[in-house]
Amino acid sequence: MTASPGSAQSAISVEGLVKTFGDVRAVDGVDLKVETGTVLGLLGPNGAGKTTAVKVMTTLLKPDEGSVRVNGLDVVDDAAELRSHIGLAGQYAAVDENLTGTENLTMVGRLYGMKRSEAKARALELLERFGLSDAADRPARTYSGGMRRRLDLADALVAKPSILFLDEPTTGLDPRSRLALWGMIEGLVADGTTVLLTTQYLDEADRLADRIAVIDQGKVVADGTSDELKDRVGGERLEVKLNDDSLNQKAIEILAPMSDEAPYVEGESVKLTVRKRQGAIVEAVQKLNEAGIGIDDIGLRRPTLDEVFLSLTGHALETDDPDEQEDGQ
Amino acid sequence: MKRLVTDTLIIAERNLIRLPRAPDLLLAFTVQPIMFLLLFVYVFGGAIVTPGYSYVDFLLPGIIVQNIAFGGFVTAVGLNEDLSKGLIDRFRSLPMARPAVLAGRTLADVATNALSVFILLVTGLIIGFRFDAGVGEIVLGLILLLLFGYAFSWVFAWLGLLVSSPESANSVGFIAVFPLTFISSAFVPVESMPSALQWFAEVNPFTVVVDAMRALWVGAPAGNSIWGAFVWSFVILAIFAPLAVARYRSAAGR
Repeated sequence: MTASPGSAQSAISVEGLVKTFGDVRAVDGVDLKVETGTVLGLLGPNGAGKTTAVKVMTTLLKPDEGSVRVNGLDVVDDAAELRSHIGLAGQYAAVDENLTGTENLTMVGRLYGMKRSEAKARALELLERFGLSDAADRPARTYSGGMRRRLDLADALVAKPSILFLDEPTTGLDPRSRLALWGMIEGLVADGTTVLLTTQYLDEADRLADRIAVIDQGKVVADGTSDELKDRVGGERLEVKLNDDSLNQKAIEILAPMSDEAPYVEGESVKLTVRKRQGAIVEAVQKLNEAGIGIDDIGLRRPTLDEVFLSLTGHALETDDPDEQEDGQ
Repeated sequence: MKRLVTDTLIIAERNLIRLPRAPDLLLAFTVQPIMFLLLFVYVFGGAIVTPGYSYVDFLLPGIIVQNIAFGGFVTAVGLNEDLSKGLIDRFRSLPMARPAVLAGRTLADVATNALSVFILLVTGLIIGFRFDAGVGEIVLGLILLLLFGYAFSWVFAWLGLLVSSPESANSVGFIAVFPLTFISSAFVPVESMPSALQWFAEVNPFTVVVDAMRALWVGAPAGNSIWGAFVWSFVILAIFAPLAVARYRSAAGR
């Protein structure tokens, strides 16, 4: 296992990745870095190139251009070695419906090179952990959607991979199963697993990811922590409701120096985008106090990732149609 | 190499343990060939003239060959399902031997083919089929059957990876193979066909294999058919196994 210079600490390092299907540039010059033990959320709409990028990182597709290293191993030159370090849970619960939960997991364990008894023991351990013990000996076709996803995630964890790829892990799940799956993913991260997950759900990226890369039409349009991304869209908005709204105009004059844009009245409140979030509330309260203007309510509101996505790409994130396949399949 | 053998066996086992749980599939292996045999013997048998043999002696080798050629259906449909359900992606992300997914499938077919040959033979013996052969010839016939069936499993593996859905895997396979089995010596003597069909039937590998089976099991004149049948089996294997593997590599990389 040799790491290339500069990527020594990165669990995943993608530089200049391009993948085309005919005329379509599904992935068009993507750079990504994921540090060991962190979670990167690849956020984008259907057809953005998320799945294609994951398929390249997991050796299912060969890159047309660029270099991709996972655990320091090249996806083309060291593909065979790389596969024993990663786990993949794809967009669909890829389980054999005619096999039981135990049989599915045992088969995958043996294909990772475990002995039958070893694979069986690991299977039982995972079934227990994912709350599937009661269904262990039932064919997977009798499982609910949430149970299949859990079995699929267990499949990906059989060999205790240090890096886990989750391609839209909760697409099509009901809210309860989603929450349960999120909890399980958080548990894995707490144990030190590096995770790259793709999602078209903003709340999912917000909750699970340390860093988020926003991807649209094959390109990364922004990347950073959730807070950094929100700051890029003009930071936080201060909303002040006064005791006497006839003083709104005076308040606008007083607060104007805190913002690059003119404050405005919306509904019953005066609103402005603050330049700096630190101390913004204190500063506003002091200024209004000095002018003798009474405050009924004051607060900072962060932009949502929805607004971030809209401002970065100029179009909203489509979250309907979860069954639609992406990337030229 | 050791890895290829182990992984192939794991995949073969996977395809066999699911068999008893899919009753419709099991029905295809057991009841359907018996039904065909009985229908042909008792409905058409009286109207088809097979000089020198009783119709059941003439038919059984033919129907067994037809049946074994279709054994690979499971592979076509199954592989296509694996592809559309993402299982192929999972397998390809594992550190397993790449050809094992196809090799395991086709190997499992050999086991199910052996089962349906056994069922047809027993049914045939009950309704009056009699061997006119030594043990060596009977065994050589069984080997030829399983080899020919194995070769056809690779044809079906290729078809299954080529088409877009499990349903079309089913119908494309049927359309491609069914006429081949009928325009052959399997059910009627070739001499009874119109001359254009006769020409096709004589070069049809099914005719060669069926004639070889008749030579081995019921003492028909062999001609070139026995070694010809083995050659055909290997030729089909040599063409379609690489085609299927190549298709597997590209189909999975969509």
